[in-house]
Amino acid sequence: MASESNGPNRRTVLNWILGGGLVAWIGMIFFPVLKYLRPPEVPEAVVSAVKAATIDELPPDSGKIFKFGNKPGILIHTPDDQWRAFSAICTHLGCIVQYREDLDQIWCACHNAHYGLQGQVISGPPPRALEEFVVNIKGKDVYVSKKA
Amino acid sequence: MKRTLAQWFQERYPVESVVEYSQKKEVPLVHGTIWYYFGGVTLFLFIVQVITGILLLFYYRTGAEQAYESVKFLMTQVHFGWLIRSIHSWSANLMVLSAFIHMFSVFFTRAYRKPRELTWVTGMVLFLLAMAFGFSGYLLPWNELAYFATKVGTDIVGVIPGIGDFMLTLLRGGEDVTGATLSRFFGFHIALFPGIFTVILAIHLLFVQVQGMSKPENAPEANLKTMPFFPNFVLRDLLLWLIVLNILAILAVYFPWELGSKADPFVSAPAGIRPEWYFMFMFQTLKFIPGHVLGIEGEILGILGFGIAGLLWILVPFFDRSTERGRRSKILTYVGIIVVLFIIMMTIIGYILS
Repeated sequence: MASESNGPNRRTVLNWILGGGLVAWIGMIFFPVLKYLRPPEVPEAVVSAVKAATIDELPPDSGKIFKFGNKPGILIHTPDDQWRAFSAICTHLGCIVQYREDLDQIWCACHNAHYGLQGQVISGPPPRALEEFVVNIKGKDVYVSKKA
Repeated sequence: MKRTLAQWFQERYPVESVVEYSQKKEVPLVHGTIWYYFGGVTLFLFIVQVITGILLLFYYRTGAEQAYESVKFLMTQVHFGWLIRSIHSWSANLMVLSAFIHMFSVFFTRAYRKPRELTWVTGMVLFLLAMAFGFSGYLLPWNELAYFATKVGTDIVGVIPGIGDFMLTLLRGGEDVTGATLSRFFGFHIALFPGIFTVILAIHLLFVQVQGMSKPENAPEANLKTMPFFPNFVLRDLLLWLIVLNILAILAVYFPWELGSKADPFVSAPAGIRPEWYFMFMFQTLKFIPGHVLGIEGEILGILGFGIAGLLWILVPFFDRSTERGRRSKILTYVGIIVVLFIIMMTIIGYILS
């Protein structure tokens, strides 16, 4: 009987069964826990257009943050009486930008990023321009929608 | 690698002496060794409570407007949320049950006698804390049953002469059971009690490790059979823990814990309001005491009675002097049997009547 040198002997088989059982058991414990830790997805309403402000709210050379779905947007009434809207999330590290009347620029306080009124990067660390939205004015209401 | 790491520690801390100590430590092998395992089972269930409790905290939100909704979300939306919550509830109940068994087995074997008086006292504190854990945790889902159980339970505290009013306001965070009560109970349940419990548990375990396990008082020193604590007893312990974990899983899967309906302070109490089973015997006893006994209010009498009985129970190692001399006090055995029978009877009556 050469079972000691070639082929699995009783001990190896038992070790595999026990080890496999242990691994399966650990998996059984951790599978529910890992699944549990991942929060279930809560469906959100997909927003295509929102009323961001009324005309009277924003005089020329001012801006405001509005809710675009669950993300912030920035609406700007430029000094030359145009309406523009962008995503308010800085493309650098995700802070919320603001309109600076003194500079006529969009500015992010976190790392001193400057964007122009077309959303383009003027200075600072952002890698790309702010996402631009479409602005429509109906009567006194300013509507913002995503670009098609 | 393993050796260098072990050496690194050994050069700094007396690791080997701990290992050596646990290898030399012996567990008595006597008729009734089975009772030695229930402390360990209680410990295991406490560990399960800590782990599942932390997991529940990831989704639970406190506050009267959110608590019920967050538990509902956990039960219906979160993957295996029902499982984690059911295990937490079942484990809590089994932990109290196993603590009961542990306590009575120590009582009947007189393992609390000198030099283990303080192990008994710390154990009793842990037992009372476990009940406080249960009482405070019961309210957290903010459902109807828990709301009224908490109203009744805190009301009982309120009748304690002298400090009752103060205690009531302290517990409820106001005059009534409201969201303020919920916030407080949440604080007790997840911060205050676990902190105290962990410290006292560490002391309790340290005492057990230092003194070793109690031997029967009349066991012959010479030929008492023993087994090593490590690995023999530890491995048996682990095997039992595995079995308990499986029992927990079966209970949680086949009898998942219900949530009930949301607490509403402006709805009359539903029929069948009752506390958790381990409070049932006290609840039922208080119901049986007449309104006035010899000019004292019945409730006060009941609470004083339980208070004094509890205190005597905690202090039992200090006035049981006969076991030390090798004779078991028969009176204490009878007292213990009466206490067990009383608890079982009152619990059964409570469930039949409600």
